Amino acid sequence: MYSRIAIKDQIREGQLFSSRAIIALIFIILTLLAIISRMVYLQILSHEHYTTLSQNNRVSIQPIAPTRGLILDRNGVVLAQNLPTYTLEIIAERVNNMDQTITELRQIVDISDDQIKRFHKQLKHKRRFQPVPLRVRLSEEEVARLAVNRHRFPGIEIAARLVRDYPQTSLAVHSVGYVSRINEKELGQIDPSNYAATSHIGKLGIEKAYEQQLHGRVGFQKVETNVLGRTLRVLERTPPIPGQDITLTLDAELQRTAKQALKGNTGAVVAIDPNNGEILVMASTGDYDPNLFVNGIDHQSYNKLRTSLAKPLFNRALQGQYPPGSTIKPFIGLAGLEDGTITTETSLFCRGWHTIKGDDHKYRDWKKRGHGHTDLKKSIVESCDVFYYDLAQTMGIDRIHDFLAPFGFGRKTGIDISGEANGILPSTKWKRRVRGKPWYLGETLIAGIGQGYTLTTPLQLAKATAVLANRGHSVQPHLLKRATRPDSAPLEYPIDHSTIINMIKEDNWDATIKAMEDVIYGRHGTARRLNHGQPYRIAGKTGTAQVFGIKQDEEYVEEDVGKHLRDHALFIAFAPVDKPLIAIAVIVENGGHGGSVAAPIAGAVIDQYLGGQP
Amino acid sequence: MNRNRDYGRWIDRRPTGSFTARSLHMDWPLLLGLLVLSAVGLVILYSSGGQDMALIWRQCIRLGIAFGLMFLIAQIPPHHIERWAPWIFAAGILMLIGVLAIGTVGKGAQRWLDLGFFRFQPSEIMKLAVPMMIAWYLAENTLPPSRRAMLITALIIAVPVGLIVKQPDLGTSLLIAMSGIFALLLAGISGRLVGGLSLLAAAFAPLVWFFGMHGYQRQRVLTFLNPESDPLGAGYHIIQSKIAIGSGGLYGKGWLNGTQSQLEFLPERSTDFIFAVFAEEFGFFGILVLLAIYLYIIARGLYIAAQAQDTFTRLLAGSLTLTFFVYLVVNIGMVSGMLPVVGLPLPLVSYGGTSMVTLMAAFGMLMSIQTHRKLNTSG
Repeated sequence: MYSRIAIKDQIREGQLFSSRAIIALIFIILTLLAIISRMVYLQILSHEHYTTLSQNNRVSIQPIAPTRGLILDRNGVVLAQNLPTYTLEIIAERVNNMDQTITELRQIVDISDDQIKRFHKQLKHKRRFQPVPLRVRLSEEEVARLAVNRHRFPGIEIAARLVRDYPQTSLAVHSVGYVSRINEKELGQIDPSNYAATSHIGKLGIEKAYEQQLHGRVGFQKVETNVLGRTLRVLERTPPIPGQDITLTLDAELQRTAKQALKGNTGAVVAIDPNNGEILVMASTGDYDPNLFVNGIDHQSYNKLRTSLAKPLFNRALQGQYPPGSTIKPFIGLAGLEDGTITTETSLFCRGWHTIKGDDHKYRDWKKRGHGHTDLKKSIVESCDVFYYDLAQTMGIDRIHDFLAPFGFGRKTGIDISGEANGILPSTKWKRRVRGKPWYLGETLIAGIGQGYTLTTPLQLAKATAVLANRGHSVQPHLLKRATRPDSAPLEYPIDHSTIINMIKEDNWDATIKAMEDVIYGRHGTARRLNHGQPYRIAGKTGTAQVFGIKQDEEYVEEDVGKHLRDHALFIAFAPVDKPLIAIAVIVENGGHGGSVAAPIAGAVIDQYLGGQP
Repeated sequence: MNRNRDYGRWIDRRPTGSFTARSLHMDWPLLLGLLVLSAVGLVILYSSGGQDMALIWRQCIRLGIAFGLMFLIAQIPPHHIERWAPWIFAAGILMLIGVLAIGTVGKGAQRWLDLGFFRFQPSEIMKLAVPMMIAWYLAENTLPPSRRAMLITALIIAVPVGLIVKQPDLGTSLLIAMSGIFALLLAGISGRLVGGLSLLAAAFAPLVWFFGMHGYQRQRVLTFLNPESDPLGAGYHIIQSKIAIGSGGLYGKGWLNGTQSQLEFLPERSTDFIFAVFAEEFGFFGILVLLAIYLYIIARGLYIAAQAQDTFTRLLAGSLTLTFFVYLVVNIGMVSGMLPVVGLPLPLVSYGGTSMVTLMAAFGMLMSIQTHRKLNTSG
């Protein structure tokens, strides 16, 4: 009975099942068609879209930093280079026990707590397969010790990286400048793609001025990366174009001599080749090591530099503005000759002071008893003040201004590094514009001896001296001599030989220059101590610029005033007189007399430079 | 439950005295399909695993074990399987309870039972035990099932599904529920009732959403609805997977040349998302071939079910085949962004042993059903 029913059930149920199975098969095929249509949508209709996404996924472009160009002096002495420095790096994913590894590493090399803190901080921001620096600037010895123990530490790496290095340290820091990490502000100014792999940028001096040439052009490599950004394969490589090597006009040895001579004083020396405007020496006292800035200077050291009374960060040669004092006299004398106000024969009697009609103010000469009968020559050789009070009074400030302006006073020289100060060459117009006040005659008088409003930078003074040595030919002071270019001839700094000052009488140059020669070689010359039988002739002019105003009835006694209120000592010179090769300006702050303090510094530089000349 | 019932007697269907097609209780057409599919799986695994031969060997060993198990099960006559069905089901339920009680926590979900020498997922057993139990139960009733029979069947489905949801393992519980429902459908449940139950399920969906789901499960559904809302988190899998499939195009990027997979953008590329690797490297035409292989196996499974000689074997073969199909659809659906990510492997292709062993055991039963003949007691 049971089985009979079962058979009956089997047949009926079999039919029922078969019809259900067919429905199931139809359902299955419909579902598979739905899947296929989904695939059609993804793989055929949206294929392009997803292909683009997939391309973006895998190919990334990595920048390759170009090697920064070298900076050399005119003789090839390296002023800035790139040194491989060794960094201890750790790749986290290969280290089993980070704390233990670090503890053991500390037994081999010095690692401070700060460095470990910084390491852990960086570790958080990096992928686990990327190396994170633990210690920078390893010494050779430390590298050797690590190399020996390397097998004990899986995941540590000693990476060599190029770091800017200034082998001459402070020698030419004010001209060469330095590089340091790119800051927020600079990020907005640079081409981000060109600096994609660069961490440092020129901050000062040549490093800043010729940043573009020194930096070079970034290279790229197209790499295939995986989802974590790990490079799997380089697909394509555009090598970087290294930065251009820059040769400066500076003479490192001469610069060293100037610095040596300045030692113990505060001041600046600028020497220019009058033939082409090449700056041979640009020294400012205040030594600091640019290497400190490369990897970030710590606050303490920086504050020390910033607040130091010696103002080491201040480039006096470019930014320092000083009254030119008596060094202005040859120029004003020339102005008088050219103007016709005086001739080489014109003479006056110097009583030791000068007064203006209707005013009982005494404009004193530095020589209390006066110079007696004084002509142009004597006024330069012995630096008579009264002669120039009179000359300036006669000429008037505006004519003096107009004559002195072409020499470059009161205006930036346009040197190829930034930071230059303007200086002041006063005129009535200037005073009304800047001070909003009328000009007084007394101000003309003191302008005649390079005091009062007149201010020059050592560079301006050197440039003016070079123009004087050139007898009016222009000079553009510059630091760049040439830049090597990868695929063409080196770029030389263009020299402008045009004449900027045309004298009516060529003899006027001779008279002035002859007088300046006698400053050194004359019996009463204020810089006669420089005469020690050199094979060449030097022409110069001393200057002593007042910092401290003394009252009418007072007397300036050097010993009585504080060091910082003492007179500035100045000296300008060029040599050899017949064929000038060097023009120089020296300023020693609060140094006292130009002849005794500043002139020997110039002499040392000239002697070394021309001593080596044929 | 255990009333006196006739499990029937089955004999070899193989021709006597010769060593031919059925001599090993193998259904050769089905075996051919499974072998081809496994071979395709190894080929794509070689690519997705980064040409790691060790990985291939491990998968080969798993395949060996799985095929061995299939072979062994194929030797068991169906009436034995039928007899064991309730016991296996009961044991499975006990183990599920055990998992909840003492199961080790893995990946935030309790799924594994650690027996000291090996760990396994009882929910895998339920993938077989639930269809077996339903087939066993329905076979002793007349079909189409009565209302009472359906209620009991629903209970047979609901208890293990509930326990697995609790683990929580949404994918597996869904799969088991589906296999049970398929068994009911094949048993001849009326279409109207199916529609009614579907509506009821839809009505309960919000309740499940708010009370029955874990946060991460809800997140998965949300991410499925809008993967771009969380491109680096939960949506990342789907975005990368769609990129892989879409960039494959008509002909694919070629074997070992799929950038999405070779460059490791595609997560889980050897396991749940291996279909995307296949789609990327072999393209649309490759997918058509792959789906054809699957369709061939499923059709063969349904054919075996239709040819089966009694209700139990018919229902068992049919629901196991449909479970295999659900595996396929859920996996491809989630990889291609049609369904939420539930974490089911691509059957017989994905790297991993658990689901493979279960599936091959199911195919072993299909082969047993196909290669044993029932002795008709009534003659």
